[in-house]
Amino acid sequence: MGELKLMKGNEALAEAAIRAGADGYFGYPITPQSEVIEYLMAEKPWERTGMVVLQAESEVASINMLYGGGGTGKKVMTSSSSPGISLMQEGISYLAGAEIPCVVVNVVRGGPGLGDIQPSQSDYFQSVKGGGHGDYRLPTLAPSSVQEMSDFVPVAFDLAFKYRTPVLIVSDGLIGQMMEKVELFDPIPRWTDEEIVEMHPWATNGKPKGGERRIMTSLYLDPHVLEEHNYKLQRKYAEITKNEVRYELLDAEDADYLFVAYGSSSRIAQKSVKLAREKGIKVGLLRIISLWPFASEIINEFTEKGIKGFLSVEMSAGQMVEDIKLAVNGRTKVEHFGRLGGVIHSPEEVLEALEQKLIGG
Amino acid sequence: MAELSVQEIIKPENLVYQKTKLMTDKALSYCPGCGHGTAHRITMEVIEELGKENDTIGIAPVGCSVLAYEFMNVDMQEASHGRAPAVATAIKRLWPNKVVFSYQGDGDLAAIGTAETIHACNRGENIVMIFINNGIYGMTGGQMAPTTMIGMKTSTSPFGRDVALHGHPLKITELVAQLPGTRFVTRHSVHTPAAARKTKRAIKKAFEAQIAGVQGTAFIEIVSNCNSGWKMTPIDSNNWMAENMFPFYPIGDIKVDGKLIEK
Amino acid sequence: MTEEIIIAGFGGQGVLSMGKILAYSGIMQDQEVSWMPSYGPEMRGGTANVTVIVSDERISSPTLSFFDTAVILNQQSMDKFEETVKPGGVLLYDPNGISKHPTRTDITIYKIEGARLAAEMGNTKIFNMVVLGAYLKVKPIVKLENVIKGLKKSLPERYHKLIPLNEDAITMGMKNVVKI
Ligand SMILES: Cc1ncc(C[n+]2csc(CCOP(=O)(O)OP(=O)(O)O)c2C)c(N)n1
Ligand code: SF4
Repeated sequence: MGELKLMKGNEALAEAAIRAGADGYFGYPITPQSEVIEYLMAEKPWERTGMVVLQAESEVASINMLYGGGGTGKKVMTSSSSPGISLMQEGISYLAGAEIPCVVVNVVRGGPGLGDIQPSQSDYFQSVKGGGHGDYRLPTLAPSSVQEMSDFVPVAFDLAFKYRTPVLIVSDGLIGQMMEKVELFDPIPRWTDEEIVEMHPWATNGKPKGGERRIMTSLYLDPHVLEEHNYKLQRKYAEITKNEVRYELLDAEDADYLFVAYGSSSRIAQKSVKLAREKGIKVGLLRIISLWPFASEIINEFTEKGIKGFLSVEMSAGQMVEDIKLAVNGRTKVEHFGRLGGVIHSPEEVLEALEQKLIGG
Repeated sequence: MAELSVQEIIKPENLVYQKTKLMTDKALSYCPGCGHGTAHRITMEVIEELGKENDTIGIAPVGCSVLAYEFMNVDMQEASHGRAPAVATAIKRLWPNKVVFSYQGDGDLAAIGTAETIHACNRGENIVMIFINNGIYGMTGGQMAPTTMIGMKTSTSPFGRDVALHGHPLKITELVAQLPGTRFVTRHSVHTPAAARKTKRAIKKAFEAQIAGVQGTAFIEIVSNCNSGWKMTPIDSNNWMAENMFPFYPIGDIKVDGKLIEK
Repeated sequence: MTEEIIIAGFGGQGVLSMGKILAYSGIMQDQEVSWMPSYGPEMRGGTANVTVIVSDERISSPTLSFFDTAVILNQQSMDKFEETVKPGGVLLYDPNGISKHPTRTDITIYKIEGARLAAEMGNTKIFNMVVLGAYLKVKPIVKLENVIKGLKKSLPERYHKLIPLNEDAITMGMKNVVKI
């Protein structure tokens, strides 16, 4: 068993970056995730593993540092919160276009605009529908506990390098600020420069002797060439959709209704399941772990089996609910419940919404 | 001296000049007469002469030289508009033994990317920054740049740059020279063979220091022409540049070995 | 066993660290724990609160509307959280600085003179430990030895010499908690 600690989600994420063998973290402070860079600066991972940590001048600079570092085959990561992630979108689009692996973490806060610093899930569209320009997708993982803030970091790096793509981890202020028991995984050694050169022949880390130079670019001026490049990206996204759907079912076997939720909403909905079951209502929870690729297939299965309805529980005006509706395609009832602007819904409210919108309605 | 026959001229022992193998065979996409090509060539000659072909990573900007990676035969990354210094920062920090340079125009380096420029210089990133100042946005069709001279006509200053309307031309090079992180700050041009040779010496000096591990940013401005954007012939543009730009952007070293040059 | 607690008071009262020690103590005896603070501008007004859950099972929602126990250390928190105690639950408070005392009759109310006792012990900083002692007397969810272990884990090494003082404060709290 690994080391047991009581940590904030943000701290667990930072520690996991070191343990995952990350080569570099580049970030700019913003509440509610500043603990990530604070932890790293205090921990001095350059002494522990040789990992580079740099406070950049902006999120724009951070994401472009990921472009540089990831483009050389190193494991690089940044984290921010909603407004900062908005600033990064051009860079993320370039990373997707140039097929550069990296990990970007969004500890979501309430918006739009400066909004507030309370937990929110209103960046779902931005995360999974392409926040930046162009036809691209980002594998997106949504941790729902401090443990997963740690565990998902190496998973994200694996996905990033397996598919040569930026990977998003979408958390929120609640998971970031909360402390829970976390079992830290054993450190994974950083790749040596020689290993990187060997494993990632595409990376621009100095032209091989006698070989061809490599280029990191997202520019293809000829539309036919760019079309080909896009088809290649789409094939990759199809592959990811086939292989990388992640979800968890709780109390779903005998359920008449399902809550669908991710991240902190799924924690709250779990409590609502308990409250509902005490009242004799058979409801379960489908916890979405990969926001993209989305668990459409399992939703389809439950629909086929005759589930009476889905309630999407999100701290937003209803974003993920659109993906549930797409999967259900009108065959059963799909409703949404969520509080906005950083207000966290209570387990009781969620249950009430189920009773009113699905059972009663 | 006896005249050489053609047969003799092409003998290897009589070779006086050869294109560096670190320039690809691809035809340059620049307008004939533009300074970008020369700036590319001398940069690549320096990398070849220093024997760093296999250890160099270059960053291309967004601007006319966006395709620099097509021409420079080393590992290259194409950064988003203005962010080359951030890209270079990460690469150098993650690969301290590699040679890293950025190549940017004035819109890229001194407008949209000002923050990245200043902060990379202020941190003293051990990179070489090559800055082509042609006083205009070439790529997008001749709009005003932060470095456009007062009175100069561009498509977005059709009556000439007016300070009241557009503000002053930005001497970003003098500005970064003030930062403690810069080690070598100098201004050159490539409009004559002699000027190009001097510029090449400066570029070489900058790379040598990086290779030796002397900390600090090297910043090399090349005042250059944009004959298309300025709507002049190449020769006229070079003359105009010497007459009008050099007095405002004086050629010469501004900071050497971390010390400002007294004028 | 699941215990859902809210601890609420002023920023400087050690509310968050009291919760943290409790959470650590739970870990020391192999329980699941969560610690969810109020953060940001909410705290600038001077109030701070933390929800702590200690349980034998996987914890669902880390934020709650109702609590088994509320530990209340100022008037604003009394106004806000008295009504959030579950029927049959516990409200523990320090009467110093409280003008409107709790009135509910469907819960058990306890009082601890934490501020006064800490001052008498000569160190106002151990106020939160006195309150923690009072809480543990009423709700012995974690063993004292595990609290000491938790303290060791959550305090930086250089403060370990203060552990005996903290232990005394806990004992003081245990002895002086009064049921109303
Ligand atoms: C975010 C963004 N904004 C605007 C542009 C359009 N754009 C491309 S190049 C350029 C200006 C380039 O000028 P400069 O850096 O002076 O280089 P030059 O073309 O003169 O060599 C602009 C505005 C862009 N590509 N990206
Ligand atoms: S537009 Fe100007 S800067 Fe661009 S290639 Fe032509 S002359 Fe050079």
